Amino acid sequence: MSLLTIKELTKFYQADKVAVDHVSFHLNKGECLGLVGESGCGKSTLARCLLRIEPIDSGSIFFENEAIENLHARNLFPYRKKMQIVFQNPTAALNPKLKVKDSLIDPFIQFKKELSLSHFSYTSTDAFVKQLLEAVELPADLAHKYPHELSGGQRQRVTIARAISIEPELIVLDEPTASLDVISQKAVLTLLTELRETLNLSYLFISHDLAAVSQMCQRILVMKECRLVDQFNTDRLFDNERHSYTKELISIF
Amino acid sequence: MMNGLTLRLPKLKRLSWRGIAALIGLIIILIVVIYTFVFLRHDPNLTNLDERLQNMSIQHPFGTDQLGRDVLTRLLLGAQQTIGYSLLALFAAIIIGVPFGLIAGYKRGVIDRVFMRVGDGFLAFPDTIVAIVLSGLLGPGIGNLVLAIIMIKWVSYARLVRSTVLSESQKEYVLVARTNGLSPSKIIRKHILPHIVGHVLVLASLDLGKIILLISAFSYIGLGVQPPTPEWGAMLNESRPYFQSRPELMIYPGLAIVAVVLLTNMAGDYLRDHFDVKKEVQ
Repeated sequence: MSLLTIKELTKFYQADKVAVDHVSFHLNKGECLGLVGESGCGKSTLARCLLRIEPIDSGSIFFENEAIENLHARNLFPYRKKMQIVFQNPTAALNPKLKVKDSLIDPFIQFKKELSLSHFSYTSTDAFVKQLLEAVELPADLAHKYPHELSGGQRQRVTIARAISIEPELIVLDEPTASLDVISQKAVLTLLTELRETLNLSYLFISHDLAAVSQMCQRILVMKECRLVDQFNTDRLFDNERHSYTKELISIF
Repeated sequence: MMNGLTLRLPKLKRLSWRGIAALIGLIIILIVVIYTFVFLRHDPNLTNLDERLQNMSIQHPFGTDQLGRDVLTRLLLGAQQTIGYSLLALFAAIIIGVPFGLIAGYKRGVIDRVFMRVGDGFLAFPDTIVAIVLSGLLGPGIGNLVLAIIMIKWVSYARLVRSTVLSESQKEYVLVARTNGLSPSKIIRKHILPHIVGHVLVLASLDLGKIILLISAFSYIGLGVQPPTPEWGAMLNESRPYFQSRPELMIYPGLAIVAVVLLTNMAGDYLRDHFDVKKEVQ
């Protein structure tokens, strides 16, 4: 079943400068879909567009077969609780003036009334935060610390904990490991894979690291200069019919 | 052997104890000011020409001024005027400036431009000019002086808050909050206000010193508090002819102004460090 379908999505930065050019793809429920491409090819813009953080110029976005590209904030609210994003830089994605627990609890407070959690259970804020931190393998006493007291890997785990706190359908991972060292990268990727299985999540995994994407994902999309140039199942990565740009990416790794 | 040479560097906590001292000093001043309000030995405005320009005595610890009024009483009551009106002007400026800055910074676009051009308009006039023009139009008096100070000062709060909101609302944690469906007012309250409080308090405590000086200065030239109400600047002015014979009449209010301004500045430094969550290096 298709969870997210994008049709002919186009986004301009200025009147003549295209950022995303007629991109179409779909994402199945429970799937991890990779999106690969070099810096500046429009991956992150695409992610922001489909989360409705940025307006799009043409095309349509279907979430669970409902068009959401023109919904206003109030009507978008029920869909907001099914989508979460994890950004590349966890330092920027956590408010430096708020304690970890206050940042963590943000989405949950917002969607409290509509949520029916299956994996986590809310009894008190402290207990809930503890569950979340345990889910991402962090010690519970981090809850009372400020983000600058944490390491980069811990911070990214906190943003992941925030994303899974409302058990969304889809998490957009916008280069979640790009600002981490190799060992933390590996650990975070393993954690993400485990979480996907336990919480039955779907990922749109955006990265320039083809190796990581081919490990994590069932299908891969390749973007170049604002266009989608190739899409295929991961096991067909080395097929001969691959786009020349994909082959170029493979040869680099 | 090497151990003998190893020096343990003491942790520098100089700033914080200095700040605490400043806060304690300010609190003491406030208590004294409130105390005088309920307990007065002398009428601050009662002239007694038989006892004019007296030296220190038990009856008059700081002596008497040119009209025979008790200097200590007037000094303490003057603090109420000076500090009270300064705080009033400061709070009014903050209450006007902060919401303006929040709205301008968060909404951007046309609203931002209109608000900021209005602010620039106010900023175009130097504070002295505004105060002089206002007292020319509305007559001299402390009310008009406070109005003039509010008109000048609110802009700097609006600008400070706006610049903080502009830079903070660009960051990804605000984006995350938006994708989580937080309303703009909630984002401002939960995520942006903590960034602003520190800045505003620091600027306010530094401004308090400036405003005290301003009120004293304008009372000195006769545009602020009107005689016979005791006020430090006005006391300075009234004591001017006796500077040669009785310099202490000018020294007391002068020192009082210096002490309070100094303490507010020290408190400002302390607050700046206190609201800086990342205070690793000092």
